[in-house]
Amino acid sequence: MSRVSRRDVLKAGAAGALGLAGSAALARLRAAQEETPVPRLRQPGDMEGHGQLSVVGDVDVRHFDPLAFLERFDRGRTRPGPNGRALREWTLIAADREIEIAPGVFFPAWTYNGSVPGPTLRCTEGDVMRVRFYNQGTHPHTIHFHGVHPPRMDGVLPQVGPGESFTYEFEARPFGLHPYHCHAQPLKRHIHKGLYGALIVDPPGGRPPAREMVMVMNAFDSNFDGENEVYAVNTVAFHYERHPIPVRVGELQRLYLLNLTEFDPVNSFHLHAGMFRVNRTGTSLEATELTDTVMLCQGERHILEFTLEHPGDYMFHAHQSEFTELGWSGFFHAA
Amino acid sequence: MSGGPARSWPVLALLPALLVGVLLAVLVLRGVGLEDRGLPPVEELTITRIELPAPGQLRVHVVNSGPQPSTIGQVQVDEAYWAFRVEPSATLGRLDRAVVDIPYPWVLGEPHEVALLTSTGLTFTGGVEVAVESPRASGDAFLRFGLLGLYVGVLPVTLGLLLYPALRRLGRRGVDFLLALTVGLLVFLAVDTILEALEIAAGVAAVYQAQPLVLLAALATIGLLAAIGRGPGRRGFGPLGVAYLIALGIGLHNLGEGLAIGAAFTLGELALGSFLVIGFTLHNVTEGIGIAAPLLRERPPLSHFALLALIAGLPAALGTWIGAFSYSPLAAALFLGVGAGAILQVVWEVGRLLAGGADPQPARLLSGWNLAGLLLGVAVMYGTALLVTA
Repeated sequence: MSRVSRRDVLKAGAAGALGLAGSAALARLRAAQEETPVPRLRQPGDMEGHGQLSVVGDVDVRHFDPLAFLERFDRGRTRPGPNGRALREWTLIAADREIEIAPGVFFPAWTYNGSVPGPTLRCTEGDVMRVRFYNQGTHPHTIHFHGVHPPRMDGVLPQVGPGESFTYEFEARPFGLHPYHCHAQPLKRHIHKGLYGALIVDPPGGRPPAREMVMVMNAFDSNFDGENEVYAVNTVAFHYERHPIPVRVGELQRLYLLNLTEFDPVNSFHLHAGMFRVNRTGTSLEATELTDTVMLCQGERHILEFTLEHPGDYMFHAHQSEFTELGWSGFFHAA
Repeated sequence: MSGGPARSWPVLALLPALLVGVLLAVLVLRGVGLEDRGLPPVEELTITRIELPAPGQLRVHVVNSGPQPSTIGQVQVDEAYWAFRVEPSATLGRLDRAVVDIPYPWVLGEPHEVALLTSTGLTFTGGVEVAVESPRASGDAFLRFGLLGLYVGVLPVTLGLLLYPALRRLGRRGVDFLLALTVGLLVFLAVDTILEALEIAAGVAAVYQAQPLVLLAALATIGLLAAIGRGPGRRGFGPLGVAYLIALGIGLHNLGEGLAIGAAFTLGELALGSFLVIGFTLHNVTEGIGIAAPLLRERPPLSHFALLALIAGLPAALGTWIGAFSYSPLAAALFLGVGAGAILQVVWEVGRLLAGGADPQPARLLSGWNLAGLLLGVAVMYGTALLVTA
């Protein structure tokens, strides 16, 4: 090895000083391209720098865990039914309950089975659905399922009074993604107080394997002035931002997305750094559109499919900035 | 009977006092029987002040003005949830105070709104009309606000007093005219002060009952000054005493003006602040004339004039400091209430001077010249006040 003169050291120093900045920038760029996870936008309780737009603290997930709710599908109790079809039975109980909609902020909700949204019911097209509904709340309630069924099973009449019960029974069709919600009057209040959930009717042959999630876009008018104070998917403001949803790079993601937001005419879903295929209402086997933003009226619902190609944090949120900043914002953490 | 009426009154009062104690104890321990109706708590938080200590920082002062404890759950700024820190505690008992620090990138010259979301989801809001960095209580700022106070207070009042030698050349009718003019000025100031006090009081949390407090402070001041004027061996204030009373009343009024100026600067209404200063300066020259008017038939030493100018003018400087650095609407409303009372009392005293001092002749009050002076006084104040409120 040759000896290095003092001159060389100086030269190297000069070049290095220039080069260091450049190479650092290059390295950073490469690192970003080479799929090094980008630092989180915010840390819980962060008062400095980026990411102060959020809530402070955390909700108690022992009562309702939004991460667990994403992938919890209730297929009911199944047994053979008439004409060789499966009979699926569920019990849904309407009850008043205080829920945490943002850390430290509580809302006097009306719930199906104690949570908002209610349980995600899942079956296959052609199954016979039998839903025993008990009203343990303080007001009349119903369950109105979207889909094709006899009008007397439509969940508008009869209104089921406190202490009463009713059994809804009908064939699950068509396949797709359908909301269910209370249709007692006044309707605005019965929906806004939390009586809604998702019904997934799978096509007879099923859909291609994928990691599946349910997101119900909802909002809460906590001071009852006719405007929402909290927006979210699955109730808790900023929960998926503070606790990003883990996702595997390259794995097909299937998102069952519903809009049950009250008071605002529309809501929307926007994915960063990726595009998704939209299957409107989930009633076909083929997606119709590739996009990164989709708008839903109240009651509208779509199945979104996408894969995330790079490791890192992918933001998703309503593309109404107001909703985003009031809680409807989250991350997928791909690894 | 050994116990006369004088000795027995505490004994007689003992039983009712004991019964009141028992009643309170029962109410506290047992309640009134209406508590358990499952109703949500009645919450009321009042944002008393929003400071902008530095770019990117909001500081919200809040008081629990409701009957029950309340907990700040989250904070929104301009309809967005934002990071925050509450000192000393996010849970505020009745009349507890807290300071909420929010690292928010406020925009110079634009309005902002802060909403505190309690644990029950209720919102309590406060606003910044025009965002600009709040003055910090540095020596420099102290000096500048003090000087400002001197400009609007001591200086114009002194200028008004400097007219004294010229005014002395006037005859009796001229002096009466000036006294009447002073009454006009003072009536205007009294109305203006009481309205301003009530307006500020309207913004104070209801629990403090600021509006009745303002009126009672004014009445109490009138009563107190009247009692002083008619103390043992006195038959009302002499001309010098009246001049001091006027100076005191005007001083309290100027304290209110100082508060307005300091608060205007703090709240970012900077242009308005400069205009306020010009308006107040012109406005207050006439106040100097008012103070000099009762002395036109006397010849007091010069030192009295200096003292009068300070009493009437210096509170303006004090007001700018308070307004700029620790504005309290409740204290401001109270000061103004006292000021209004003092001014009303002075109107009475000047009226007596006008009617002939120690030997009043009410008929003298109603001469044409006096009425003209009175109206002119009101008109001058109204005209110069236009400059202030424009």
